[in-house]
Amino acid sequence: MADIRVQAADFDVAAEVAAVQAGAQDVGAVVTFTGVCRSDGGRLAALELEHYPGMAEEEIARVAAEAERRWPLKGLCVIHRFGLIRPGENIVLVVTASAHRQAAFEAASFLMDYLKTRAPFWKKEHLADGTSGGWVAPRQEDDEATARWE
Amino acid sequence: MKIAYFAWVRERIGKSEEIVTPPEHVRTVADLAEWLKGRGEEYAHAFAEPGMVRAAVDRRHVKPDAPIAGAAEVAFFPPMTGG
Repeated sequence: MADIRVQAADFDVAAEVAAVQAGAQDVGAVVTFTGVCRSDGGRLAALELEHYPGMAEEEIARVAAEAERRWPLKGLCVIHRFGLIRPGENIVLVVTASAHRQAAFEAASFLMDYLKTRAPFWKKEHLADGTSGGWVAPRQEDDEATARWE
Repeated sequence: MKIAYFAWVRERIGKSEEIVTPPEHVRTVADLAEWLKGRGEEYAHAFAEPGMVRAAVDRRHVKPDAPIAGAAEVAFFPPMTGG
């Protein structure tokens, strides 16, 4: 049921929400999360997202299957982009649909927490002054956010 | 066996993948990392900080004590920063 895509191209949030709703019956709640590239106060020119082709799709599918096991979802879409992404541009989309809001909210939150720490993607910073800012370090808060679901 | 490297592990080693034939005593992911460290300064640099490099066997996350027998592909990479 889950629609999972790993792609360089941007996505249309409204079109993806419509597609999830069109593919499901009796939906009462749709939660949409969009992760967007920050400029970090003008410091950042772009993020370069590297991924592990094949495993990225498979790992997201495993996390999505776990979300579907835990919550009564009627529709689920996850899109994660790779390549060069500039401030203001989309990075990741999670759309969850269910009969009631709590399942949709919780599943979307669970999916994002797991994507942060388990999906094989790595961000490298390109700074506004033309230099490389290096690889983004993992945040302990992200590990803690994932741990709360275990 | 194919070994793939990502992000700063790839940059430090200077290649994204390679085919290797480890000796028989290399049984786990941790053994493989240790054996790779002996292949040159660039590998030693990539695996310098214990516990900082994560691994996948056949595209699934594994712990350092995971066996590599029969694996087609082992990957080494830093902690993930997706989402």
